[in-house]
Amino acid sequence: MRVVVQAAPFDYGAECADFARDRTDMGAVVTFAGIVRGDGGLASMDIEHYPGMTEKALTAIAEEAAQRWSLGDVLVIHRHGPLRPGERIMMVATAAPHRRDAFEAADFLMDYLKSRAPFWKKERGTEGENWVAAKVADEDALTRW
Amino acid sequence: MDVLYFAWVRERIGLPRERIETSAATVSDLVEELRGREDRYAAAFADLSAIRVAVDQELGDFDSPLANAREVAFFPPMTGG
Repeated sequence: MRVVVQAAPFDYGAECADFARDRTDMGAVVTFAGIVRGDGGLASMDIEHYPGMTEKALTAIAEEAAQRWSLGDVLVIHRHGPLRPGERIMMVATAAPHRRDAFEAADFLMDYLKSRAPFWKKERGTEGENWVAAKVADEDALTRW
Repeated sequence: MDVLYFAWVRERIGLPRERIETSAATVSDLVEELRGREDRYAAAFADLSAIRVAVDQELGDFDSPLANAREVAFFPPMTGG
């Protein structure tokens, strides 16, 4: 299991290629990347986080996923700082013997990252700047698990 | 104890963290103490339904006890991913 919080970009292709590459018992790998959308004249998105708690929260979420599903490995990378449209904000990867576990665990990780990891997004664009509000749907999504 | 503020809570209060000497027993007690200090705190804590809390880097709530707490953080609902 690996959890990374960093300002710098990450190499998505290399991360995907390296993930669980030496495992012969993992028949399924699911990878997901979150990307900054350029909707509504967005110029940049600043991601603030809570150093220390962020790493703990992400690790706890990844450990929870590893307990609930049969996983061989989990990777979470999440960036902070200023990002432009098209940049990758974060990624998760899950490896499991069979695909259902890998898909469900990745979905679970994303739902929990949305509302239980201490990140806040501020959008800057043609209409000024504003903090992205949490969506009720994102909170409701947690009840699925 | 160290009190930390993030996102618009930080902007309204005007600083990211501060050290506070307090005997507040719970997070609610601490909020009441802060509200009484200055208008900017009262503005930041006007609507508690919009604020989340962490005590020593674990999510808590306004009833969480502060005995032995080293660090309390206030922030809006999180928007990761």
